[in-house]
Amino acid sequence: MTIAPPSDQLVAGATERRRPVRPTGRAPGRTRIGYLFVSLYALLALAFGVVPSLYAVVLAFTNTDGGFAGLANFTKVVGDFRFWPAVLHVTTYLVIWLVGLVVFVVGLALLVHSVRLRWASTALRFVYYLPGALAGASSVLLWLFVLDPTASPVSGLLRGLGFDSFVAVIQPGHLPAIFAIIAFWTGAGGWIVIMYGALNNISTEVIEAAQVDGANAVQTALQIQLPMLRKWIAYMGVMSLAAGTQLFVEPQLLSQASNAVVPNDYSLNQLAYQYAFQQNDFNGAAAISLILLVVALLLSWVFVTRGGLFEKE
Amino acid sequence: MVGINRAIQLRRRSAAAVAGVFAATALLALAGCGSSTSSASGSYGFPEAKQETSSTITVWVDADRQAAAKAFQKANPDTKIQVVAYDGSANGSNSFRTKMQLFDRAGSGWPDVVFSTQNNDAAWASQKSGGKEAFAGMLDKGLVPGDTLAKFTAGSLNPCTVDGHVYCLRNDLAQAVLWYNKKLLDQFGYAVPTTWEEYQALGEKVAKQHPGYIIGTAGDAWTPEVFFWASKCQANGVTGPKAVTVKTDTNECKRAASMLDTLRGNGTVPVVSVFTPEFVKKYSGKVLMMPGPAWYAGAIFNNPQSLNVPAGQLGIAAPLPWKGEDKPVTGNVGGGTWFISSHSKNLAAAAKFVEFVTTADDYQVNVAPGYPAYAPAAEKWVAKQESSKYFATSLEPVVTAASQIWDGWGYGTFSQEAIWAKTVTTAVTGGKSIVELLPTWQQAIENQAKVNGYTVN
Repeated sequence: MTIAPPSDQLVAGATERRRPVRPTGRAPGRTRIGYLFVSLYALLALAFGVVPSLYAVVLAFTNTDGGFAGLANFTKVVGDFRFWPAVLHVTTYLVIWLVGLVVFVVGLALLVHSVRLRWASTALRFVYYLPGALAGASSVLLWLFVLDPTASPVSGLLRGLGFDSFVAVIQPGHLPAIFAIIAFWTGAGGWIVIMYGALNNISTEVIEAAQVDGANAVQTALQIQLPMLRKWIAYMGVMSLAAGTQLFVEPQLLSQASNAVVPNDYSLNQLAYQYAFQQNDFNGAAAISLILLVVALLLSWVFVTRGGLFEKE
Repeated sequence: MVGINRAIQLRRRSAAAVAGVFAATALLALAGCGSSTSSASGSYGFPEAKQETSSTITVWVDADRQAAAKAFQKANPDTKIQVVAYDGSANGSNSFRTKMQLFDRAGSGWPDVVFSTQNNDAAWASQKSGGKEAFAGMLDKGLVPGDTLAKFTAGSLNPCTVDGHVYCLRNDLAQAVLWYNKKLLDQFGYAVPTTWEEYQALGEKVAKQHPGYIIGTAGDAWTPEVFFWASKCQANGVTGPKAVTVKTDTNECKRAASMLDTLRGNGTVPVVSVFTPEFVKKYSGKVLMMPGPAWYAGAIFNNPQSLNVPAGQLGIAAPLPWKGEDKPVTGNVGGGTWFISSHSKNLAAAAKFVEFVTTADDYQVNVAPGYPAYAPAAEKWVAKQESSKYFATSLEPVVTAASQIWDGWGYGTFSQEAIWAKTVTTAVTGGKSIVELLPTWQQAIENQAKVNGYTVN
């Protein structure tokens, strides 16, 4: 795994990551090299992850003059008329996206894995992976065109669904699904490749034993492969959850592109942004960030424990 | 792997951005502690920094206003300026305010002069923010000569005026007028309407006799500024730096709303933004008339990328009054503003720059695309436009409209356009009528005003 877990997960992942460094009978030189490798990341994580987070904690509990404010910032943002709608928006989006992600990623990975033709399998993996190779914001920009019936390559489909204009497509009720589709399109390909790799890790002996016992492809998938993928799915869930609660780029770009028809306070992160830069209230913004962090940590904990992510065989 | 990293980064960047900003501000705050600008009480009505008369001034402009900086450099080669291009705070980016707040936290770094495409910047820039000195320097206490200020078109400095003091100079005006296609109108045998009632009646006639042709649009965020402002609907009655009166249940609001509902219904005022490919595709050659700001001429009608109306067809009529009202009023859609930083170390040069770009013929008449706010420049600008023979009628109505902007609609820190877009435009597209949405609109404005620290009456 070369993925650096988001700083939010530092706490959750800390115990796991520290483990390999422990000198369990290894040559001391290797340990030192390990520290060297990890030091650069640690420094950057400290400067751009931990310190800002701590600063946010300080801001969240103080007022503009730097005095202790108790929970005032939190009650203020929770009482904001935009707060609960934003929570609802992000939750709806998360549910659609996470369910879609798990179902389709696992499904597609099983499908690709069962393709016997080598070139077809490689080609499919490449195609799935391709959208993710586009830089983040630019892939969202691409979607601005896809969603506009006058410019879209799938305008026939959009019109068939009864959407004649861009504004009709981006009605508030459609947004969670739209964001979920965009996020899936940009991010799922990489996960499919990872799941494929995980499927490759399942020993062929186990699969063959199942087949000898008379299991067909579906039974093998459901009874053998899925349970053995559990940790990987949980891992995907944790990573995606953290990313999903921080929904920002899609609504922000769509808001600017639609001249604010998509509200600029759609998600919680956008609301924090509004607090910091429209209302010049960094303390309120920090309070929202902190609430997000706590919620993301709690949900991650559920995934970690339920998914058995850190259980040893 | 890269894909997932990316996907995560995509969303993380937001958090990282916020976190990064915190970090940056923390560092800047630390760095800023040592270099606090010594401020003595100044002679222009605000505490000014220690002046260095030959220092270079930093000027922030948007892409279009780089020509202004260039014109200044040509005319004043001795004044050293450093030009920084930014987005002009356009399209709701709010970058002007965002950046200044970060400089406020850092305690240094402010540019000397800033151009903004928005009208609601004086509302915050004139106010102390978190105990820090207001960004905008007061201009009417001697920094800009009184007789220069007096020559700006009447009412044009309203967006710059807070508590009776002027905090910015207007670059151009964006008064709404009634644009029409004289050739089409003559061909169909219609007269130019003289009241909003006649305008509505014309729309109903067009719908029956020439379906497909339109007499306006209601899909842009500035729809309230064109129709509701001109109807004296008090949706944005900013009465003080932190007070706003919102009343959308008045007859003035209802008449505009019901007119728009009727015309939306028969297709003559579609809910389409003029800046969409859809608009150009569907309505090129089919715009019979369109109430809209002065800048529609260059941005839409005389623009090869948009409607591309040939020379000799576009006519201009004065803003329409409602029946029984003696005097027509009109709305305003933007029009840029120039600010001088109160933190500037070279106020003289900054003032010289701002005066030049707003008043000098070298820029406002010869180069600028928009209607100048400075009246003497506007006169010459109009003469130049008329000599181009593009317009089918005299430009007189634009000049008249410039001083007819209704002063009951103010300029607060929050965006009325954003509120309209997210509450009314979406609901109308979803099938509701504007009349029934008036209370929702009111509630949305009140909510937004309150979270921005306004008291609502």
